[in-house]
Amino acid sequence: MTPQSQFMVVAPVANGREAGLRGLLETMNSAPGAADPENAVLPFGRFDRLHFARLVVLDDATVADLETGGSPRPGHPVYLAFIGDCDGPLQEFMADLSRRAGDGLRKLFAHCEGFDAGSEVLSWMLAHNEPAAANYVNWIGRTVLQVRQESALQRVLSARVPRNALTSGGDVQRIRRDLIALVDTELRAGRLALTAPEPTPPGWWIANLLHAIAVPLAGLVALPLVIVLMPLLIFQLRKREINDPEICPRPRPDAMQELRQLEDRDVTNQFTALGPVKPGLFRRWLVTVLLVLIDYACRHVFTRGHLARVQTIHFARWVFLDNKSRVMFASNYDGGHEAYMDDFINKVAWGLNLVFSNGIGYPRTDWLVARGARREQCFKYYQRRHQLPTQVWYKAYPGLTLIDIEHNQRIREGLQREEMSDAEALAWLKLL
Amino acid sequence: MNAQRPAAVTPVELEDIQGILRFGYKHHKEACFLLLRIKDAGAARAWLAQAPVTSAVTADPPPQTVLQVAFTSEGLRAMGVAADIIDGFSSEFIEGMSRDADRVRRLGDVGPNDPGHWQWGAGQRVPHVLVLLYAVPGRLGEWRQAIEAQCDAGFEQLACLPVSDMQGVEPFGFVDGISQPEIDWARQRPARDQDQLAYTNLSCLGEFLLGYPNEYGLYTDRPLLATHRDSGGMLSRAEDNPDKADLGRNGSYLVMRQLRQDVQGFWQFLHQQAGGDPALRQRWAEAMVGRTLRGEPLVGGTSKVIAGDAAAPASELNDFTYGSDPQGIRCPLGAHIRRTNPRNADLPPGGPGIVSWLKRMLGFDAEALSQDLVASTRFHRLLRRGRDYGAQVSMAQALADTPIGSESGLYFICLNANIARQFEFVQSAWVIGTKFDGLRNESDPLLGNRQAGADGTPTDVFSMPRTDAPDERLCGLPQFVTVHGGAYFFLPGIRALRYLAASR
Repeated sequence: MTPQSQFMVVAPVANGREAGLRGLLETMNSAPGAADPENAVLPFGRFDRLHFARLVVLDDATVADLETGGSPRPGHPVYLAFIGDCDGPLQEFMADLSRRAGDGLRKLFAHCEGFDAGSEVLSWMLAHNEPAAANYVNWIGRTVLQVRQESALQRVLSARVPRNALTSGGDVQRIRRDLIALVDTELRAGRLALTAPEPTPPGWWIANLLHAIAVPLAGLVALPLVIVLMPLLIFQLRKREINDPEICPRPRPDAMQELRQLEDRDVTNQFTALGPVKPGLFRRWLVTVLLVLIDYACRHVFTRGHLARVQTIHFARWVFLDNKSRVMFASNYDGGHEAYMDDFINKVAWGLNLVFSNGIGYPRTDWLVARGARREQCFKYYQRRHQLPTQVWYKAYPGLTLIDIEHNQRIREGLQREEMSDAEALAWLKLL
Repeated sequence: MNAQRPAAVTPVELEDIQGILRFGYKHHKEACFLLLRIKDAGAARAWLAQAPVTSAVTADPPPQTVLQVAFTSEGLRAMGVAADIIDGFSSEFIEGMSRDADRVRRLGDVGPNDPGHWQWGAGQRVPHVLVLLYAVPGRLGEWRQAIEAQCDAGFEQLACLPVSDMQGVEPFGFVDGISQPEIDWARQRPARDQDQLAYTNLSCLGEFLLGYPNEYGLYTDRPLLATHRDSGGMLSRAEDNPDKADLGRNGSYLVMRQLRQDVQGFWQFLHQQAGGDPALRQRWAEAMVGRTLRGEPLVGGTSKVIAGDAAAPASELNDFTYGSDPQGIRCPLGAHIRRTNPRNADLPPGGPGIVSWLKRMLGFDAEALSQDLVASTRFHRLLRRGRDYGAQVSMAQALADTPIGSESGLYFICLNANIARQFEFVQSAWVIGTKFDGLRNESDPLLGNRQAGADGTPTDVFSMPRTDAPDERLCGLPQFVTVHGGAYFFLPGIRALRYLAASR
């Protein structure tokens, strides 16, 4: 199994360079927000270990919301973030990227502070890589290569499977054998490929195991203290939940327009949002602890196709910025934005509330999980208002949703099974 | 905004609600829809101030003639309604159906559906006011003349859309208009946010009427005015905000689309695919719809009682869910009626007890998860009030080589309180969604626009799962339905109508 890695290279945009940067980003697209895989700056399509990537200018007007609570308004710089998800170790991917697209990367980062002609791109990117506080991968170990190969396999098989009614179990087995033979021919002719998975790197495996043990252990150590402090913590939480201001005005039409024109150009969409954490140590610690728990759940529990009830998120991450005063959330999801919100509100409102209720202005929650996102219209305004336009977005397998991908994976697994009962063979044929 | 409901529930003011929210006017078999543009705002207001609008109060005998009236946002502007009042309406209504290229794309109005080809509803042909006229047989002619005479001073007529009576059958030949949500007129359903673990056909008032709690137990945004702007006390006060006058109260959004149906194209395609076998042709057509020609659901009835269904007139045709057919063997997953109303609850079905509930909540019940791609239908219901137009086409005519020469179709009309969450969601995520409920690359077999996906994959397929073989598939489906017009309207409460007519 090849585990996935994430990167988020983030740096302040240099004074006076923002307009130029935006212009450059625009040249990378073939449609608004949709990267041309062969664009001259960063030809994403040539990196076959890259699942998703985006370039986004992080400029958050909602920091002004802090003033409603009487806090001073911090002067955050505008950042450029280069975010992506890839197969295998990060260092390797970044090295490959800077080797084959160094010029384009240099052109991009030349708009950032602290990057000059003499900077070495790889080390600069690694130095500016901001690790996620929590990270979600829909299916840990599934590579771009696998997704593409299995999609090609599905196309060949679905086009060739006989669709007339079958009469007997013998028919089923015969058709399966014929299809297996067909795939063998295609494989030998080089028209299909099914690369065997690579062994899991032992280092990753050990680190993952240690993480799986260490977090609960730390929790166990902290438990007595948490129990003792619980009444105080509950008191502090409830006081804030009752008094924290809700800031959910309807987003400006022009801002909505800017976001919408980037959406629904493929069956998958991007989401980038940014907002300040509520001031004070309580919220800051709370969100830190909760993100540790969410990261743990993503790494060890929700690793196979779903994040609780949501089966439409490919990759997602929560990242602290500016000394934990802000949180950025970025995701790649199947379906339209309204359907994504439908999933959030109707399926996992409790999960969203856990983290985002620590953000300034979030719709009022009760006990950290209730209400919040269930305040449908407030929530929809809130998230749209905090969403940022993603200037450049790349997906390695357009046209495929997670359901398609998982389906294709089962087709391949079934193909490679030695023996199948008649019932199993029929179930497999029905996948086609 | 969105405050919790007041302690006391006030009864619904039927006399302030336009009748179409409560009645389909089935006995008013004659109808026509006037699309008007305002030429003299003063005269238009004068007519609207006393227009004979029919309310939702049950009349005995029923009225011989009915008039309903609705506005586009352009219409409100042309009437001289203050900009800040218009800003209080939903953004979908303000922007309209055709003006924003991104909305057009999301609704699938591209290719032959492009608003550039519309007969009305785009560019200079966006109506200001929609007047719906209904009459019992024989009475429409004089009713229309009378209203047109009254409207003459204030309006010019963009179009008069004539309606045909097809005896409850839509142009393709299927019994239509069977499934409707049941509105909780008595306000019995507690207005609080609570998961519904069984499919219910009963909808909170606020899903269709502004000013009442919706399925989330909250009030949908609408224009709330400072009371000094309603010094005459024409409007009621907002339930959730008693210091404001509620312009939305008892009103709704009306979505209208003119859908041209290619009856010959539909039946001839199936005829060819079926090699001329009439039984197979009909079976496929019925699979596409999800009902037989006579309206019986392919999935069959249910023994369970569905809330909000008992009193429905055709409950035997509407009393079902897809719970017993998760794979779409009897009714294909992509069938039209399954897409437009998947009839499921907030949580996929499972055993009793907290463990089962928790497993389903967290996604650890694989069976439940596989049925969870589409959920919570109750937030996406539409109250349909469409009417057919054009000539009714017989099967012989449909299969004949000679073109019919006239156009038939549907004036799709639906009412909803939140256009984005109801009409637009159903249209974009369910109807034209090519990945609906885990399907691969196919949109609604009737309504799909057959546009290829971003990667060039065709979407002109309809698959019918079977128990004992791979899906049966129809490929190369032509486009059967084309959009020829459309607009979003605000259908005001009657007092709000008078207020709008008086305000300047």
